[in-house]
Amino acid sequence: MNIQTKPPLTLAEQALVDGFAERLKDLPGSAAVSDLRDRLIGELKDHGLPTRRIESWHYTDFRVLLKSVPEGGNDAVRLIEPLVPEAIRLVAGADAGDLPAGLKVSDYADALRDGRVTTQMEPRGADDAIGRISGAFVSCGLGLDLAAGTALEHPVELQVAHGGGHTHQRFPVRIGANAAATVIERHTNRGSDPAFVTSVTDLVVGNDANLTWIIVQTQGGADTHLSQINVTLEENARLTLYVVNAGGKLVREEIHVVAKGEGADLQLRGVNLLDGDSHTDVTLTLGHDVPNTTSTETFRNVVFDRARGVFQGQIRVAQDAQKTDARMASNTLLLSDDGEFSTKPELEIFADDVQCAHGATVADIDDVHLFYLMSRGIPEPQARGLLVKAFVNEIVEELEDEPLVEALHDVIETWLERHG
Amino acid sequence: MLEIRNLHARIADTDTEIIRGLDLTVKAGEVAAIMGPNGSGKSTLSYILAGREDYEVTEGDILYNGESILEMDVAERAASGIFLAFQYPVEIPGVATMQFLKVALNEQRKARGEGELSTPDFIRKVREAAGELKIDPDMLKRPVNVGFSGGEKKRAEILQMALLEPKLCVLDETDSGLDIDALRIVADGVNALRSPDRAMVVITHYQRLLEHIVPDTVHVLYRGQVVKSGDKSIALELEENGYADIIDAAA
Ligand SMILES: Nc1ncnc2c1ncn2[C@@H]1O[C@H](COP(=O)(O)OP(=O)(O)OP(=O)(O)O)[C@@H](O)[C@H]1O
Ligand SMILES: [Mg+2]
Repeated sequence: MNIQTKPPLTLAEQALVDGFAERLKDLPGSAAVSDLRDRLIGELKDHGLPTRRIESWHYTDFRVLLKSVPEGGNDAVRLIEPLVPEAIRLVAGADAGDLPAGLKVSDYADALRDGRVTTQMEPRGADDAIGRISGAFVSCGLGLDLAAGTALEHPVELQVAHGGGHTHQRFPVRIGANAAATVIERHTNRGSDPAFVTSVTDLVVGNDANLTWIIVQTQGGADTHLSQINVTLEENARLTLYVVNAGGKLVREEIHVVAKGEGADLQLRGVNLLDGDSHTDVTLTLGHDVPNTTSTETFRNVVFDRARGVFQGQIRVAQDAQKTDARMASNTLLLSDDGEFSTKPELEIFADDVQCAHGATVADIDDVHLFYLMSRGIPEPQARGLLVKAFVNEIVEELEDEPLVEALHDVIETWLERHG
Repeated sequence: MLEIRNLHARIADTDTEIIRGLDLTVKAGEVAAIMGPNGSGKSTLSYILAGREDYEVTEGDILYNGESILEMDVAERAASGIFLAFQYPVEIPGVATMQFLKVALNEQRKARGEGELSTPDFIRKVREAAGELKIDPDMLKRPVNVGFSGGEKKRAEILQMALLEPKLCVLDETDSGLDIDALRIVADGVNALRSPDRAMVVITHYQRLLEHIVPDTVHVLYRGQVVKSGDKSIALELEENGYADIIDAAA
């Protein structure tokens, strides 16, 4: 970063700095953690929030878009029904109850108190605003450790249901070798106040492990949601990662994956349902660092009203990462002339024997499809609803897990009902 | 039941007139066949009846049970009992066939003030109708028309018609793409729906279909007009001599 003159803080930046001073006394942490927090907030004061001049924030001028930061926060534990009835519900600060063998859960607040997490809390780089804010503000979270060879029968739901204000959690997760699990990471505002949320997950998927990770974001229409998932895939690790965005006013969801072991595979699927005057940015960086790794990334975006969406997908293939196979697609259903979705694929390929492809489409609902449905007596709003659902459900159905598919259908249906 | 009066229609937002002063009356209980050379406007007429917005009526009127339908949208016309079996049924990826049928059936019932069908009743109804048309139930697990063969799509159209029980059925070249056995099955399906309170408009190029679905009247469409009407003997005459005589007489 190259800052010549220091611009005055925006209202939102000032509110962040003030909010930090106010919350500091209640934030858990060792002396080292406190020092780190101070340093990070100092950096924030010095650099301000990223603007469009910072390349990774080019489509999301965060400094301009973040208009306000709510005061206060609500650390009170809220429990809501899990998306999948039989899921193991885990909530920071709540008793986890009986856990299946092989699954260990730790309280991140304890890790903050004993200070062993300071390296992990370092931002990814100078442009990592989410890491910086999260590091300064994080108050709790959960650590997950799934022992080698354990196959969980039921999904785990990491639940962050809050009532507005500040919520900042972190989730260090390790999936042991040969283990198999499904984890749902759920963010939702169950109150009526605007929220400011950060969430950072550090995930390691061990050799031959098989993990399905589903992020469901249904924040309120005035909320700021900043999340980051940092993933390391070891040898032959398979990760199916779904992200569903169906809420929030200003959303940035960063996905950083490094395929570090040969044979690693990432299947990333995303559904972005955007409406109102929201701004949603999904940013992916994916490093194919070693030979013989594969990935596909498919996003389906639905844009109503004046909503704006961004998908940045950066794939790096290292020089010796031969036989990499990476395919990326972003398809948008643009249902309003005032809406917008920008896709920015970026392939940096340093190896020669690789298969990489990307494609982006933007379309409206097909008139012929609409005519056919209506000609059977389905009124226009319902017919449109069916077609929008069809567009996103194609992605959801790839999950091939009945309860999960149903749960995601419900999330999508609930969102769409607002547009009947 | 259906009365088309001096209908003129063009492709929306252009000056291209396709229907040029068309008159046609079809009574309840009647089966009317429409024949005519390629490009004469048969499919266009069927789309206009269904309410497709790509065409704009500039003159004349379409009366259905004595009332103009020009102001009704596509779904309202369908709910009032007008059904079009498409010449080219549309594939809709991602919409499950069963869900589509169920929504269509229940929306129509709702529009008519009837209650929704329960799921078991609905499934039973579909199974029965599919059985009669020799439709493989596995086909109904796929998205609407996706991957169906040409003949399967036509059968699926008749299945929808049987389920929705419309009052005015417009069949646009339902016979094209059907093998000999399927033609009989589909014709039986259509004949089963013949009733004194239901009218059918059967668009076809071939006498063969009309041997199975015997029409009460035959109308020849040419350049957007009905140029000749009569009984089923017209179809035989056309099979023999082609359109030349009729077109010459009309000119
Ligand atoms: N949307 C459109 N845009 C341009 N031309 C059109 C359109 N719709 C119909 N036409 C033209 O109008 C004429 C009538 O077409 P239509 O499909 O109604 O014919 P048809 O009688 O059904 O023919 P066929 O026997 O081949 O099915 C054709 O010349 C066709 O190309
Ligand atoms: Mg035609």
